[in-house]
Amino acid sequence: MSVVALKPYAFPAKDVRENFPAPLLFIGWEDHLMFGTPVALPLPPDTPFGALGTAVLPGTYGYHPDFAKIDWTKVEWFKSGKPWKPDPAKSLADNGLKHKDVIRFRTPGLSGINGSCN
Amino acid sequence: MDTPVLKKKLGLKERYAAMTRGLHWDTTYQPMDKVFPYDKYEGIKIHDWDKWEDPFRLTMDAYWKYQGEKEKKLYAVIDAFAQNNGQLGVTDARYINALKVFLTGVTPLEYNAHRLFAHVGRQFTGTGARVACQMQSIDELRHYQTETHALSHYNKYFNGMHSPKHMNDRVWYLSVPKSYFEDACTSGPFEFLTAVSFSFEYLLTNLLFVPFMSGAAHNGDMSTVTFGFSAQSDESRHMTLGIECLKFMLEQDPDNVPIVQGWIDKWFWRGYRLLSIVAMMQDYMLPKRVMSWREGWEMYIEQNGESLFRDLARYGIRKPKGWVQACEGKNHISHQTYAVFYSYGAAAAFHTWVPEEEEMAWLSEKYPETFEKYYLPRWNYWREQAKNGNRFYQKTLPMLCQTCQIPMIFTEPGDATKIAYRESDYQGDKYHFCSDHCKEIFDNEPEKYVQAWLPVHQIYQGNCFKPGVDPTKEGFDPLLAVFDYYNFKVGRDNLDFEGSEDQKNFAAWRGDSVQGAKK
Ligand SMILES: [Fe+2]
Ligand SMILES: [Fe+2]
Repeated sequence: MSVVALKPYAFPAKDVRENFPAPLLFIGWEDHLMFGTPVALPLPPDTPFGALGTAVLPGTYGYHPDFAKIDWTKVEWFKSGKPWKPDPAKSLADNGLKHKDVIRFRTPGLSGINGSCN
Repeated sequence: MDTPVLKKKLGLKERYAAMTRGLHWDTTYQPMDKVFPYDKYEGIKIHDWDKWEDPFRLTMDAYWKYQGEKEKKLYAVIDAFAQNNGQLGVTDARYINALKVFLTGVTPLEYNAHRLFAHVGRQFTGTGARVACQMQSIDELRHYQTETHALSHYNKYFNGMHSPKHMNDRVWYLSVPKSYFEDACTSGPFEFLTAVSFSFEYLLTNLLFVPFMSGAAHNGDMSTVTFGFSAQSDESRHMTLGIECLKFMLEQDPDNVPIVQGWIDKWFWRGYRLLSIVAMMQDYMLPKRVMSWREGWEMYIEQNGESLFRDLARYGIRKPKGWVQACEGKNHISHQTYAVFYSYGAAAAFHTWVPEEEEMAWLSEKYPETFEKYYLPRWNYWREQAKNGNRFYQKTLPMLCQTCQIPMIFTEPGDATKIAYRESDYQGDKYHFCSDHCKEIFDNEPEKYVQAWLPVHQIYQGNCFKPGVDPTKEGFDPLLAVFDYYNFKVGRDNLDFEGSEDQKNFAAWRGDSVQGAKK
């Protein structure tokens, strides 16, 4: 469906890639609702995927006592909700990540304060 | 003796007719459709505008007289409140934060409503509808002014109340109410009335008004209570306009029914999402609680709504699509919303805090199935950490729903441990949503919602700094620059209530120790 309007209705989208200095990536940590919302981060496409766990996410999720216990080799990733196997040595772009993609990670064995998903 | 004697005064009915419908004429120099270009393109078919029931039955001269008297009383109370230092009589200074949210989030909406009703008050072909909208337009302007005046007294004593309009246009969480209204005002006039007059004022408004006004009364804020009383008679007119307009559309042509149903589906959900912030105030920000969000929802929506939609069934209207999910949400949304404001407490122009022991007990009692299971563990952890000087402040910006613009805090129907993620692809880009219903609203009009001014994205695009700010300069702090753009006084308006200037001042004015200020 589309907008019902009196005149032709065409306006530019606000959030196309060109408007940002770097592509946006949305990231969520499953079973950790102490972070009540996933986050948005502009990340250069040549960032190695493995840098997420070591350089990008500590600032976002380091407050949680589970974070330091994460074994990044065991983490399960999801892209748009579907299981996904990124290569940590390759860049975000080479892993196929595009502007405004959403990825989530599960940390088996770590499911929040006393397993409460918090 | 046959000369008819002219009556000096018109009877009430004639007078009413003369001053409303009698003011109308059909244009002849220009075709009517050109003079009134907006009230047909939405597809709503009107065959007989004379069937419009005037909901107000009020003429302009009576309106001025009546409102003038009401307002004289209101200003007398506001004056007395100021003279007597009424701000010292509120339960505790945490309460003021609910007023800050109201002043920055709701009051500017009154002004927008004034503008929009003035607009549709020009655009309907039918005079009855035009007059009703024009009067509501004046009501809304009065509300904007009286709310501002009632609350301005608090601005002399408490932080975060100095720039409501400026903030409403810029601050991330205030884009939620702002975008709701801009969505309505960029619709046609019939959709606008279905959105604001029916879905909001008729269906949902009690959820806003009752907790606020009885909340104010319970917490010693007589200034706000009096404003509430003064607005109440207007509100009942507004509700009548909403239901009359709805029934008018439905009675005029059966083809109108599916269009109206689509609008009800959309605007019920938009309104429900908008009220998340009220849910949080009700359950977390009033030091003395009135009723829980859940209780209000059950009373005003589940019970009243059931009978309303039973009544509308004869027109072929069913309950809004999001009904079941919204009813499930009654157990969750206040907790999810307040928790995210607590997390982003550095980036808000009001204070947040960890609920006290007995407040947690109240939440457990009011939400026996959900609070302890899903929400209490994070509060216990946060409280411990705050005690040790490690109060949680999330610094990475949140992912937002493209439609309602709320951070993606809402969980899956049936599973409160999982955030709900929905997405659509449009013109080569991904768009993300908090729920099936926000996704459906987008999918129905993607051309509209791709223009959304999402605060987080605007910050990352570099559009939320004051003019002349140089982000390439050594030591540039983007977050501080954004707060400056918002007109936040960092360290005074934001952060935890504990240790705030508001808390210290209030305790000093009342002669309490800081500990005793929170009772
Ligand atoms: Fe109003
Ligand atoms: Fe949404």
